[in-house]
Amino acid sequence: MMIADGIEDEEKWLAEGIAGIQHNAFYLHRAVDSNNLREALKYSAQLLSELRTSRLSPHKYYELYMRAFDELRRIEMFFKDEERHGCSVLDLYELVQHAGNVLPRLYLLCTVGSVYIKSKEAPAKDVLKDLVEMCRSVQHPIRGLFLRSYLAQISRDKLPDIGSEYEGDGDTVMDAVDFVLQNFTEMNKLWVRMQHQGPIRVKEKLDKERSELRDLVGKNLHVLSQIEGVDLEIYKDTVLPRVLEQVVNCKDELAQHYLMDCIIQVFPDEYHLQTLETLLGAFPQLQPAVDIKTVLSQLMDRLSNYAASSAEVLPEFLQVEAFAKLSNAIGKVIEAQVEMPVVGAISLYVSLLTFALRVHSDRLDYVDQVLGACVKKLSGSPKLEDNKATKQVVALLTAPLEKYNDIDTALTLSNYPHVMDHLDAGTNKIMAMVLIQSIMKYNTCVSTAEKVDVLFELIKGLIKDIDGTLADELDEEDFKEEQNSVARLVHMLYNDDPEEMLQIICTVRKHIMAGGPKRLPFTVPPLVFSALKLVRRLQGLDGEVAGEEVPATPRKIFQLLNQIIEALSNVPSPELALRLYLQCAEAANDCDLEPVAYEFFTQAFVLYEEEVADSKAQVTSIHLIIGTLQRMNAFGVENRDTLTHKATGYSAKLLKKPDQCRAVYACSHLFWVDDQDGIKDGERVLLCLKRSLRIANAAQQMANVTRGTGGPVTLFVEILNKYLYFFEKGNPQVTSAAIQDLIELIKTEMQSDTATPDPASDAFFACTLRYIEFQKQKGGAMGEKYDSVRI
Amino acid sequence: MVPLFQSQENISGKISIEPVSGKKVEHNGIKVELLGQIEMYFDRNNFYDFTSLVRELDVPGEIYERKTYPFEFSTVEMPYETYNGVNVRLRYILKVTISRGYAGSIVEYQDFVVRNYGPPPSINNSIKMEVGIEDCLHIEFEYNKSKYHLKDVIIGKIYFLLVRIKIKNMDLEIRRRESTGSGANTHVETETLAKFELMDGAPVRGESIPIRLFLSPYELTPTYRNINNKFSVKYYLNLVLVDEEDRRYFKQQEITMFRLGETS
Repeated sequence: MMIADGIEDEEKWLAEGIAGIQHNAFYLHRAVDSNNLREALKYSAQLLSELRTSRLSPHKYYELYMRAFDELRRIEMFFKDEERHGCSVLDLYELVQHAGNVLPRLYLLCTVGSVYIKSKEAPAKDVLKDLVEMCRSVQHPIRGLFLRSYLAQISRDKLPDIGSEYEGDGDTVMDAVDFVLQNFTEMNKLWVRMQHQGPIRVKEKLDKERSELRDLVGKNLHVLSQIEGVDLEIYKDTVLPRVLEQVVNCKDELAQHYLMDCIIQVFPDEYHLQTLETLLGAFPQLQPAVDIKTVLSQLMDRLSNYAASSAEVLPEFLQVEAFAKLSNAIGKVIEAQVEMPVVGAISLYVSLLTFALRVHSDRLDYVDQVLGACVKKLSGSPKLEDNKATKQVVALLTAPLEKYNDIDTALTLSNYPHVMDHLDAGTNKIMAMVLIQSIMKYNTCVSTAEKVDVLFELIKGLIKDIDGTLADELDEEDFKEEQNSVARLVHMLYNDDPEEMLQIICTVRKHIMAGGPKRLPFTVPPLVFSALKLVRRLQGLDGEVAGEEVPATPRKIFQLLNQIIEALSNVPSPELALRLYLQCAEAANDCDLEPVAYEFFTQAFVLYEEEVADSKAQVTSIHLIIGTLQRMNAFGVENRDTLTHKATGYSAKLLKKPDQCRAVYACSHLFWVDDQDGIKDGERVLLCLKRSLRIANAAQQMANVTRGTGGPVTLFVEILNKYLYFFEKGNPQVTSAAIQDLIELIKTEMQSDTATPDPASDAFFACTLRYIEFQKQKGGAMGEKYDSVRI
Repeated sequence: MVPLFQSQENISGKISIEPVSGKKVEHNGIKVELLGQIEMYFDRNNFYDFTSLVRELDVPGEIYERKTYPFEFSTVEMPYETYNGVNVRLRYILKVTISRGYAGSIVEYQDFVVRNYGPPPSINNSIKMEVGIEDCLHIEFEYNKSKYHLKDVIIGKIYFLLVRIKIKNMDLEIRRRESTGSGANTHVETETLAKFELMDGAPVRGESIPIRLFLSPYELTPTYRNINNKFSVKYYLNLVLVDEEDRRYFKQQEITMFRLGETS
């Protein structure tokens, strides 16, 4: 209610003020129309007395002021016309000073002053100086601000600027500058004083009111920037030092922030560049609460844009050592403002970094220097807990990545990891992800072990558990995504030189081995494949790198791989380890390293025996083993026998009959490799097939016993297909008679009472028969072969 | 309109007497007097003539028709200026008396004004003073002169050394102090002739407020000191500060007013 009343009252007072102005304006106009100077002065003074009110907020006061302003224009016109009132401008200048009240007196004085300057009966500088001095009489902040704003307004086009008609005869641009500076200083003092005066009100309201008036003060700086004659010299020697003096001395945060901003916005960038030291020198002297970072960022932004505007200005930046000065200033600001929150300091560094990246993109040392300074600032406190500060640090770390599109660059920055150390675990991870994504995005290849080491040091948040992180806090999906990223990263590490590549692999291994059971399944496979890739490459270089001293030999790599996979099998993640062993075995085979391949197979079997317990996993594993073993050609008879024997043995020992059956007929391939000098042991092939047939029979019988129905004939058809394969490949042990028997058997089975109709296996069988028919029809050697088979 | 003279001037003229047509005026002699009078209002009808000069114009006789008498008071000493105050009036009169034995004498008066111009004073120091209320308000003010002529401008400044009160505004007043009589019968009357606002709002320490007061709009007289032991008129500049609770703080300083010769 109180506030509402206040506003209503204000409306009322404003209305009264406006009415007062209108009333007096009426008589004023009449006096002017009848060329009556005395009356005109009387009513204009009365009219202006309405501006003496203390009851209006700045906003409403402005409304009132604008009304009075319009009338003052009319009075000025009248004053100008000496013929109408018959009074010389000098006399008029005295006459208006007879007014008893100070505010109307000064408004009139300024108005006559304007006419006086125009008449050129006195030097502009003298009149301006008199006006700006006399205006001291109004010490009330709002009234004073508006009065001086009026003075600024009427004097704007009358400053003795270069090229202005008021220049010359001792009136110089310095007089104009002095005048504006003085008016600015006084206005700022009044503006700052607003907060200490008047009835005690809510601070926010006062601040809001002050903000409404700030442009009145700032306008002066704008005027200064518009004065043609203010060249760099004058700006440097007079304007800037005096403005800054006022800014610093007023000790008011609102004013300091606004005015620093103003200076940066209104004056040209090249001036800023040439006066950086002076300008920056003011910052550490500002009040602690001033939002320096925004202002400084503005400055750096502007300078960056300026630098970008043309290549010609870049030497200037170097010449004035812009970066060093900015860096120095920021250091001083941070040092001076002990109270400044960390986030503020970091934001400053972010701005500086952005500046460095934009202006001196070739100077990595600058970037590192900024990071170093940041580390120094952060080193006081342990880990960042402030959310905003963390964000700023992330921004700080991301900026170079985005600029250079190249992780290499970041890796050469010695302070980069130190900055990351100050992030909390979660953010550290996010940052690590950013790094990886940057690498992915730009397809950057990290090509030395040293850099890899640095990189993994950087992303260690992803690589291993950091103290204090509880595993169950992690979101499973996030974790997977993170680890998949690391896995992808491993593939981006590459060097053409095998030795260096081996170093890289060793380095990665060193880091990922610390990852613990949850990470290894993600990180080991890519490393293994990366290593295998190197093996293949060495193979390609065969002979060229035969030197004794060469460290990067396949043998050595295989040793390494063995250790790596072993770690995985201990996790335990036996199935994955098993697959990797098999991959390695195959690679070793290709390198003709029989013992190595044998060792890998041994490991695979050991895992199969000891760790793979799940029957489904067993089926998959045994098939993988069989498949890999089939392709092995490095083994001698003995080793191969041992391994095939094992494989067949395990196949027959699978839990489910169909699984057994399938594994066993798959084993048949172990004895028949369709290569030029592959093993071709027809007898043992047949043994396997017969054995699988027996198992299929057993399965069928078991089905009859347990369920009362026969199982599907699929297994038989599958075996038939194996027969056909070997038959075609020319295995003498597989005869057309055997095929014939099998076909009959299947037909019988399908027609038996207990047969379960199964369209899939029926179709499979029909297709197989059609194939046989097709081969028969085809004629030739194959057709002849099939001739004896009847369907 | 009244004639204007200054001291040491010759005051001369003609006095014409014309009887109503066809009648004669019988008299015991005609004279003209130049009187300088001080009149106190609280002492009604009591005039003090500080100057009294007489010229006999005619011996006793009769006048039948218009008759003109030239007269002259040469280099008359008129040290005091004409003054119209609150309690006192100083006037100069020419008094013509036609004495008659019976039916009373015929008396006619003519006022005239005397203004005396002086050269600018040879010594005219500024007035400079520091005043204050302990721990509350300390100011230093300066008026460029201590003696001003009537169309002069007072230039000066007020410098705030310490401000612990919330000042609302500051005025400069010109006050006239007229004292009449002497001893127990002294009457003092003070008028404020000018109230000129010097400052609006509350200054802070270190502010310096300019003074520029044109005296011409105000009806001032020179300072009169102990005129014929009857009265004095003195002028004061009164600096008044008003705080937000409408308390007034003031400091009064006498200034000397003088009439500057037109030529100088």
